[in-house]
Amino acid sequence: MADPHKRSGEDERKPDGADDADLSARLKSLDARINKASVQRAESEPRAHSKTDSNAIGQAFRYSAEFVSGVVAGGIVGWLVDHLFGSSPWGLIICLLLGFCAGMLNLLRASGAVKPARYDDKK
Amino acid sequence: MASPIEQFQVKPIIPIINFTNSSLFMIGAVGLIVGGLLYASRKRALIPGRSQSVAEILHDFVANTLTDTAGREGMKFFPFVFSLFMFVLTANLLGMVPGFFTVTSQIVVTFALALLVIGTVIIYGFVAHGLHFLHLFVPSGVPGWLLPFISVIEIISFLSRPISLSLRLFANMLAGHIALKVFGGFVVSLGTAGVGIALLSPLPLIMAVGLTALEFLVAALQAYVFTVLTCIYLNDALHPGH
Repeated sequence: MADPHKRSGEDERKPDGADDADLSARLKSLDARINKASVQRAESEPRAHSKTDSNAIGQAFRYSAEFVSGVVAGGIVGWLVDHLFGSSPWGLIICLLLGFCAGMLNLLRASGAVKPARYDDKK
Repeated sequence: MASPIEQFQVKPIIPIINFTNSSLFMIGAVGLIVGGLLYASRKRALIPGRSQSVAEILHDFVANTLTDTAGREGMKFFPFVFSLFMFVLTANLLGMVPGFFTVTSQIVVTFALALLVIGTVIIYGFVAHGLHFLHLFVPSGVPGWLLPFISVIEIISFLSRPISLSLRLFANMLAGHIALKVFGGFVVSLGTAGVGIALLSPLPLIMAVGLTALEFLVAALQAYVFTVLTCIYLNDALHPGH
C-alpha cells in the first residue's frame, strides 16, 4: 500500500512548482510512519520486559522500597537540619519535598527509565 | 490461634547477658556457615566431592556476581560480600524451618547490615579517591543553576540507599512469614468452624503449600538482590567518577 503512494509522489515531483508542497507532504507521511513505528516499538518493548520479569511481587516490593526510602531519607535529613540549625519546621518541609524527588529518581533508576547513578561520561 | 506477628517477638533466653532468640539464631547461622564450609572443604580434593562442589558453586556464584558488576578489582571485597551473602541466605532459609526465628525479619538486623555496606562504600571511597569521591553527587551535563538542587537530591538519594536496602529485605521476609501464618491460621479456624465449613479448610492449606514454595524462592532471591546491590554500591566506591 505504501509503494504505489511513494511512486505517485515521485511522479508529481518532476514538475518544479509542486516541489515544495510535495516535499512537505512526503515529510509528513514519513513523520507519521516514524511515529507509528515508535509507538509500536514502545508498546512491544514493555511487554517483552514484563515477560522476562515473572516475579512481579518482588518487583513491586523493590520499587516501593526505593520510593519510600527516598522520602524517609529526606525526612531524616530534614529533621537533622532542623535539630542542628533550629530552623524548624522549614528544614523538614523542604527536605521532605527533596526526598520525594529523590524517591522518584530512585524509582526511575530502578525501572531503568533514567540512566543509573554512574557518571562514566564525566571527565 | 496465635497472632500472626507473635513469631517476630524477641524473647530473652539468658536475661543476664541479654542473649535473645535472635542472638541464638544469628550465632546458629554463622555456626552453620562456618561449620558447613569447613566440612565441605576438609578434603581439598582436586576433583570435588558432593559437599565440596556445593561450596565451590557458592563461591563461584558470588565471585561472578562481584566481578560482573564491580570488575576485577572488586575481588578485594570478596570476603565481605561472600560473608554478607552467606549470612543473609542462611538466615532467610533458617527462618523457613517451622518454629524457627527469622533473623532477617528484624529491621535492626537488616539495617545494621546495610549500614555496614554503605559505611564500607563511604570509607573506601574517601580513602581511595579523596574528594574526587564527591563527584558521585555532581552529574554531568546539568545546567549551572540546577546543580545545587540536583546535588542535594543526589545526596538524599545516596542516603536513601541503606534504607531501601534494609527495608526491602525486611519487608519481604516479614510479609512472607505473616502471609504463611495467616493462611495456616485459616486452615485451623475453618477446620474447627463446623461440619460444612470444615470441607473448605483444605483450600487455604493448598495456598499455604504454594506460599511455602514461594517463600523459599523469595529467601534465595532476596539474598541475591542484597548481594547484587552491595556489589553495585561497592562499584561506586571503586570507580566514582570516570
